[in-house]
Amino acid sequence: MEHNMNNCEKIEELHHFLARYGRTPERPALSLGVAEMDRALGGGIAPGALHEVYAQDWAAGGFAACLAIRAAGARPLFWVRPDYEALEYGALHAQGLAELGGRPENLFLVRTANTAEALAAASDILACAPVGALLLEIGGLPRALDLVASRKLNFAANISGVTAILLREGAEAMPSTAQTRWQVCAAPSSSGKDTWGLPSFSAELTRNRLGPTGHWRVTWSPEDGLFREPAHEQRAPNPGLVAAAVFNRPAEAKRRIAF
Amino acid sequence: MVAGRAGNALHVQALDARAQRLGLYKGQPLANARAMVQGLTILPADDKEDGKLLEQIAEWCDRFTPYVAADPPDGLILDITGAAHLFGGEAAMLTLVTEKITAQGFAVQAAIAGTSSAARALAKFAPGHIAAPGAEAQALARLQVAALNVDGKITAALRRAGLKTIAQVAERQRDELATRFGKSFVAALEILLGQHGQPVSPRRPLPDLMAEQRFAEPVVADDAIAASLLSLAQCLSDVLEKRGLGLRRLRASFFRADGQVRRLALRLGSASRDAERVMRLLREKLDTLADPLDPGFGFDVIRLEVLLTERSEAVVTSFDSNENAKREIQYLADRLCVRHGEARVLRFVPQDTHIPEAQSAAIPAQERDFADAVWPPRRNKNDPPLRPLRLLEKPEEVSAIAAVPDGPPLRFRWRRAPFEVAQAEGPERIAMEWWKNERPTRDYFRVETSEGQRFWLYRDGLYDQGGLVPRWYLHGIFA
Repeated sequence: MEHNMNNCEKIEELHHFLARYGRTPERPALSLGVAEMDRALGGGIAPGALHEVYAQDWAAGGFAACLAIRAAGARPLFWVRPDYEALEYGALHAQGLAELGGRPENLFLVRTANTAEALAAASDILACAPVGALLLEIGGLPRALDLVASRKLNFAANISGVTAILLREGAEAMPSTAQTRWQVCAAPSSSGKDTWGLPSFSAELTRNRLGPTGHWRVTWSPEDGLFREPAHEQRAPNPGLVAAAVFNRPAEAKRRIAF
Repeated sequence: MVAGRAGNALHVQALDARAQRLGLYKGQPLANARAMVQGLTILPADDKEDGKLLEQIAEWCDRFTPYVAADPPDGLILDITGAAHLFGGEAAMLTLVTEKITAQGFAVQAAIAGTSSAARALAKFAPGHIAAPGAEAQALARLQVAALNVDGKITAALRRAGLKTIAQVAERQRDELATRFGKSFVAALEILLGQHGQPVSPRRPLPDLMAEQRFAEPVVADDAIAASLLSLAQCLSDVLEKRGLGLRRLRASFFRADGQVRRLALRLGSASRDAERVMRLLREKLDTLADPLDPGFGFDVIRLEVLLTERSEAVVTSFDSNENAKREIQYLADRLCVRHGEARVLRFVPQDTHIPEAQSAAIPAQERDFADAVWPPRRNKNDPPLRPLRLLEKPEEVSAIAAVPDGPPLRFRWRRAPFEVAQAEGPERIAMEWWKNERPTRDYFRVETSEGQRFWLYRDGLYDQGGLVPRWYLHGIFA
């Protein structure tokens, strides 16, 4: 009899748990600053979910960092990367993060020996609610990062409300349970002739569980930590003084980076 | 018997009881021994292995007291101050240690005295003796002069002079002895008979605090081990609380019944005396060990030692959610450190230098308090970033073409991919620290390619000073 009681209680508990799981947690979306983008996303980037950024060139890491800065706000930002990332894509530069409007004093860098450990660290971090955002950097197509791993991350983010951003460099899109998926490459900054503009991205939302997809050109404004629509006067690339193009250039090596 | 090289000849270094009965002795030339007895079993001496073995025995002896010092080539000194009563008094402890080491197959001689020198002499020449406090000189009196542990020539000279025992030597005037045998001999004699003995340094730093549990029956079950750890942690926590301290570094030692010792070091990001927290971290550590804790036949002693303490206020459960959040982040960092290693969880502090790669230092998150790190504010409101988000650990050489030798590049090729430069900003001239090394000055350019990718390139050296061909390097990648 007592045994039955215990089972009943357990079932009750599971019901509660499932009810909580099924319900979308009421966490206000974080506006990204561009009205059209926010509309497609249902108000902005959803906290407590997994978002994937697929890099198409070198600039895309910056886009992921901008998303993480936006999601973290004044709370700690955990950046997890396996050791091979630093060799391939460069070490994280705290000053650079500060220049993007991030808070280096709140930055924790976790370096792991391999992808499996990076995923383990990520789930530890996602279980800790006071964390602002997690940026997990995983390059290539490691076996450890499968549908199960992605579901685990999404689930953990969902429970704690920590926003997880998965930066994938040198990788083709693969099945996942992420809330959104972005394909990102650089866009020329549109500013005056001889000066730089703010960082600009061409961001394509290729998957959105809550709404339509889209493709935008956005500029990151470090000052207010939001994306902006690029200024309208389109600038033709400034060629300057150009030497004659190299004859006999290999056909394959175009703008793609040799990952 | 064991023979080893001393000077240019082989000498007997160690021999068993049977060989001794045959009239052989330590220090005898091997040739003489061979001439006296046929069919000797002779093994070559191996000092390195002996040293290792001594270390292992010392490790094992750690279970009696944390203060164990090696006394090479064949001795160990245990400071049992305040530890003897745990084993039923000095006599009982001496018997216990001797028996246990003998049971492992070693020949052992042991003695107890108030100073290290006296104890050493007694152990060698009057094993089993326990000198009453202050009575070391009396205990030593009847020993032979060899117990003085001085050069063989001096010992022989003493004997020739008719001084057979230490008592006889001690009776002599000190200046007499000094003229005959030198000042160092008198100093050695004073140390041996004196109140202080030679200083001894323990093999490991002594803990500030320590709690241990001994088991009559070795424990194997995980539950029992965990329960023991918790009670030890609780015990430490109580003492720490009384003293107003929190622990930063902890060592857990597991003494296996068969003599193996396993130690785990634990480090906390902030001083704490929360037994539960320590337990959680210990459990994590145990779970993530590359070679798991193997109890074998069981642990007979489990010990926790506090190696580093810090002042810490009483922890009041705070209603300030900010404080709680901070603490949770701290715990998370501790957990990550335990799992992945202390050097892998990093935080950044700004450095006072203009060399780009040295401007921020990544420091293990548990190393210090990061509250005081002050980052320079951003210069201008809508400036685009001037420093890249990612810096290559080693700048990579690129082949670049520039319109004028000291101008920005027009196109460059990096990692086999060509890039056309659409815009460039620069140069930002960064001179290396000439007082440290003579690396050439760098002219940095921020370049944007025709696709909008941004890189941080520099030319090594100034055009009018450097070599003929300017060398270009890619150092960083902007967002």
